[in-house]
Amino acid sequence: MAADAAGAEPAAGEKERGKRAALSFAAVALVLGLPLWWKTTETYRASLPYAGISALGSLRFQLTVPVSVVFAKGTLPGAQQRRLPLADTREEEILLNRKPSVTSCYEMTYRSATATEQAALTMATVQEADAALLLLQEDLLGSLTVYVIPETSPLLPQGIGVYIGKHRSAVMRGTQGPGDVLAAISARVQQIVQAMSFTTDSITTALSDRVPMDQLGTDTRRPFKSSLGYEITFSLLNPDPKSHDVHWDIEAAVNSYVQPFLDKLGSVANFSVDSQILYYAVLGVSPRFDKASSSFILSALSLPHVINPVEARLGSSATSLYPVLNFLLYVPERVHSPLYIQDKDGAAVGTNAFHSPRWGGIMVYNIDHPAPDKAPLLLRVDVDMVRVMEVFLAQLRLLFGISQVPLPEEFLLESPGNNGLTDWELDRLLWTRTVENIATVSTTLTSLAQLLDKIGNIVIKDDVASEVYHAVASAQTAMLELASGHLGSAFQASKEAVTSSERAFFDPSLLHLLYFPDDQKFAIYIPLFLPMAVPILLSLVKILREAKQSKKEPMKTD
Amino acid sequence: MAGAVAAVLGLSLLLGSTGGSTGPPRDSLREELLLSPLPSGDLAATFQFRARWDSELHREGVSHYRLFPKALGQLISKFLVRELHLSLTQGFWRTRTWGQPYLQAPAGAELWVWFQDSVTDVDRAWKELSNILSGIFCASLNFIDSTNTVTPTASFKPLGLANVTDHHLLRYAVLPREVVCTENLTPWKKLLPCGSKAGLAVLLKAERLFHTSYHSQAVHIRPICRDASCLSVSWELRQTLTVVFDTFSIGQGKRDWSLFKMFSRTVTEACPLVSESKIYVDISSKTQENELLEVTPLPLSVHEASVQGDRRTYAVYDLLSPSLFNVSRSLNVQLKWKRPQDSLDLSTPVLHAQRYVSGYGLQTGEISTLIYNTHPYRAFPVILLETVPWYLRLYVHTLVITTKGKENKPSYIHYQPAQDRRRPHLLEMLIQLPANSVTKITIQFERALLKWTEYTPDPNHGFYVSPSVLSALVPSVIAMKAEDAEQSPLFTSLFPSSDGSSYFVRLYTEPLLVNLPTPDFSMPYNVICLTCTVVAVCYGSFYNLLTRTFHVEEPSRGGLAKRLANIIRKVRGVPPL
Repeated sequence: MAADAAGAEPAAGEKERGKRAALSFAAVALVLGLPLWWKTTETYRASLPYAGISALGSLRFQLTVPVSVVFAKGTLPGAQQRRLPLADTREEEILLNRKPSVTSCYEMTYRSATATEQAALTMATVQEADAALLLLQEDLLGSLTVYVIPETSPLLPQGIGVYIGKHRSAVMRGTQGPGDVLAAISARVQQIVQAMSFTTDSITTALSDRVPMDQLGTDTRRPFKSSLGYEITFSLLNPDPKSHDVHWDIEAAVNSYVQPFLDKLGSVANFSVDSQILYYAVLGVSPRFDKASSSFILSALSLPHVINPVEARLGSSATSLYPVLNFLLYVPERVHSPLYIQDKDGAAVGTNAFHSPRWGGIMVYNIDHPAPDKAPLLLRVDVDMVRVMEVFLAQLRLLFGISQVPLPEEFLLESPGNNGLTDWELDRLLWTRTVENIATVSTTLTSLAQLLDKIGNIVIKDDVASEVYHAVASAQTAMLELASGHLGSAFQASKEAVTSSERAFFDPSLLHLLYFPDDQKFAIYIPLFLPMAVPILLSLVKILREAKQSKKEPMKTD
Repeated sequence: MAGAVAAVLGLSLLLGSTGGSTGPPRDSLREELLLSPLPSGDLAATFQFRARWDSELHREGVSHYRLFPKALGQLISKFLVRELHLSLTQGFWRTRTWGQPYLQAPAGAELWVWFQDSVTDVDRAWKELSNILSGIFCASLNFIDSTNTVTPTASFKPLGLANVTDHHLLRYAVLPREVVCTENLTPWKKLLPCGSKAGLAVLLKAERLFHTSYHSQAVHIRPICRDASCLSVSWELRQTLTVVFDTFSIGQGKRDWSLFKMFSRTVTEACPLVSESKIYVDISSKTQENELLEVTPLPLSVHEASVQGDRRTYAVYDLLSPSLFNVSRSLNVQLKWKRPQDSLDLSTPVLHAQRYVSGYGLQTGEISTLIYNTHPYRAFPVILLETVPWYLRLYVHTLVITTKGKENKPSYIHYQPAQDRRRPHLLEMLIQLPANSVTKITIQFERALLKWTEYTPDPNHGFYVSPSVLSALVPSVIAMKAEDAEQSPLFTSLFPSSDGSSYFVRLYTEPLLVNLPTPDFSMPYNVICLTCTVVAVCYGSFYNLLTRTFHVEEPSRGGLAKRLANIIRKVRGVPPL
């Protein structure tokens, strides 16, 4: 034992040196090696506004509609007349779900009519009045004007209580009586304003991705998703060119019917229109022969199978990425004509057309065949484009979500005129589109954030990050503009936000390092890291154990 | 899913000018099949479908398509294309045994496009265009990039109406690796207005078309004169498809053939949209030796034309003439040889060429091109275009052109050297070919080393070098009369004929396959492992040296082995250790 102690004396210093060497190895590896390795292998990720994204995700909308109610002479008692002009804000929560909460807010201003307005309201017909009043209003997207005229005024026809014009104004009869006129008409005004701006249904449709299925009606999945542009393709399907020589003057029809409508919608999206004729393109199902009417029947149940075989021939647009709206005019073969579409109850559909949600519409165009003995081998057919375009334009409105609001009997709607769209219908579209755009942006950015959280190999370059920042900022601007009642600028901001967020999400640089599997990484790391790390770890363990032991030993001796 | 629409708008629609604008149709369609027996005994079938549209495609706004396919029309108007030629080919046209082709294409995919002079960024338009075409035709045209695109200065002149010949608007690329199959044929057939439902396109059955020695399908779009005065422009889309059938293998050793034997279909009707639908059968040899072959049914008319310096006779079947389908409901053209021909007169074509790679080892090599002019007394010039990828480094000082043992100086040389990973070599020469001669062109190259990610998945297969292109105005042996392009058969009217004494020929040589030095691809990992092992071993001993503590071991009583040994020794009575 003594000899051992004598031997340990110089060894203690040696041992201490060895310990220090091992520790300094570990320190160098930790302080220098690890950060170096970390720095050289990390994926570059610019910082992103995660707080902003999650704030957007809560989707608290406040939609403000500026409404001015104008009283014509003789609709208000003197006492109330003196209180004008006055302002009033009415808020209402639209019940959807817990997450996207929508508050509609009507900023009412009440005033009495100016002299020129008064003159306009005493015109002969309400249409003339509507045109005259247009010149007096400031043309602001989303703002509405309701004119209240005396109950006995001859301006509105008998039995009509409310007239909604082509532009952003409505005329309604006031109530005669001693009570508070403002309170008496408020329910009616509310109804008008909702019809001309947005209803719970239209907002639900816009947020259909966020709302549980059971709250949705059948119509909510019909309109196209909001997009920056659309391609509209009219196709004439002629499955039997041997017996029918079909001509359609699509160029003139598009110019006179579709183009004005699209010009009006020009602020919403970009449109491009083209047409083609497809020969030998047949429907996917063979129609059933109905003896009673000696015609062929396409039942509503088989309609879903019609589209797929035709779609293979339609061809997608080669030059743009916008969604395509297809409108097909189908001229049935001679052996299958006349061809009628039957609805679920077995009644023939009047227009002989149907539409498929988010895809387009199909119309069957039957040809009057002369008696078989007189019929020429090749029958020339000129398509009646007015009939066709009426149907297609109606379908186009449906697919854009411009549908009629159910209104009481006494409401009179002005027809939209030559361009197929009234100003307030455009506003309705803009309200829903803005809400939908913001929801889309929030969905896109949230999924981007989730992806980044889940997959560590995604690179975020500075330009992608700046697109994300821009998208968040624009979406916030759009929310603020909505809350302050500026529909036009809100829509523009939401469009910008969509563009930026899509650009960020689909940036190809995100995928650069995506395929870098872990097993390959380890195959390269292990030959170097294992032989280096094992001695360091082992000696660290040994040092620790010795330290423990040396702590225990003095305790024992004491 | 679909609810029937009952809502009709009460639109106060103003009736526009919907008076059914009649008048001459603004677009027309012609289809044609040319069946020509080849000197070797094979049979070439050339389909041509031509849609002509009297419209300005470069106009802005709404576009309405009837016979012209929408996908291509949109492409032309978006990218401001002046001319577009795309061909997808499987196999190689053997000019020596098959004679001069009507329309040859190089093996693989070939695309050349002239843009309008209003295009500002030609390279970008070219890139996007090739990507979209790749989608339309299901071909790998998206692999066209700057490393295989060239701008020839002399070889590819516009075939249609053009007043701009600034070659900066031209892009040319060949992908020799491209394999052509059914998935390329289907979209090509979809562009036809009648599809494959009626007309000559009924014969296009993929199963038979790809069972051939040569298959080439092409799309040519070009502007042409609307009428003789040429004041306005029409657009022409020509879809051609050439196949060469090996009649010996189809006809059990006989050279007789019929439509049914080749395509397993017959023609029953013309496409109702066409203005002309004809089948031409080359029966030229009939005139040389009497009654050597016969075609059934008897042709209604015979067309004589001088094609490629040769007078030829064609039996014509007009599918639009009602008398054709009077006798039988379907048309099955048959050709029978009266007596077996064993000694085939292989008349060699006036111009043909071949190309090969020579040299040994993996460092240097040599590309040799042989161009034959078999014309008995006329010399003519030929433009040779060579495109060589950058990884074969050409040395232009080794370029040697010899004819009949003497040096032949080209009268025009355009050489654009390659840049690594950016652009290929481009060599264009105008060479005079003396009568009855062989011209040999050799140039040496050095193989470059690629980065290991630049190798193709099967690097030991070799790397393709695209075929060289020969363009020449070959003097004709006989005098040819100029014909009106609108009246003459389609197969004669793609290339503009200059005058009666010569005709235009474009030939492609074989693509070359060159082996590049190929590394062992597990090498990087091996290197990593080896380096790491060496580092680890050094590190280990270094670490040991620094951290081990050394102290002198006292000799002790020994371990277990020694004790055991002592016990055994004790038992044996031997003194312990």
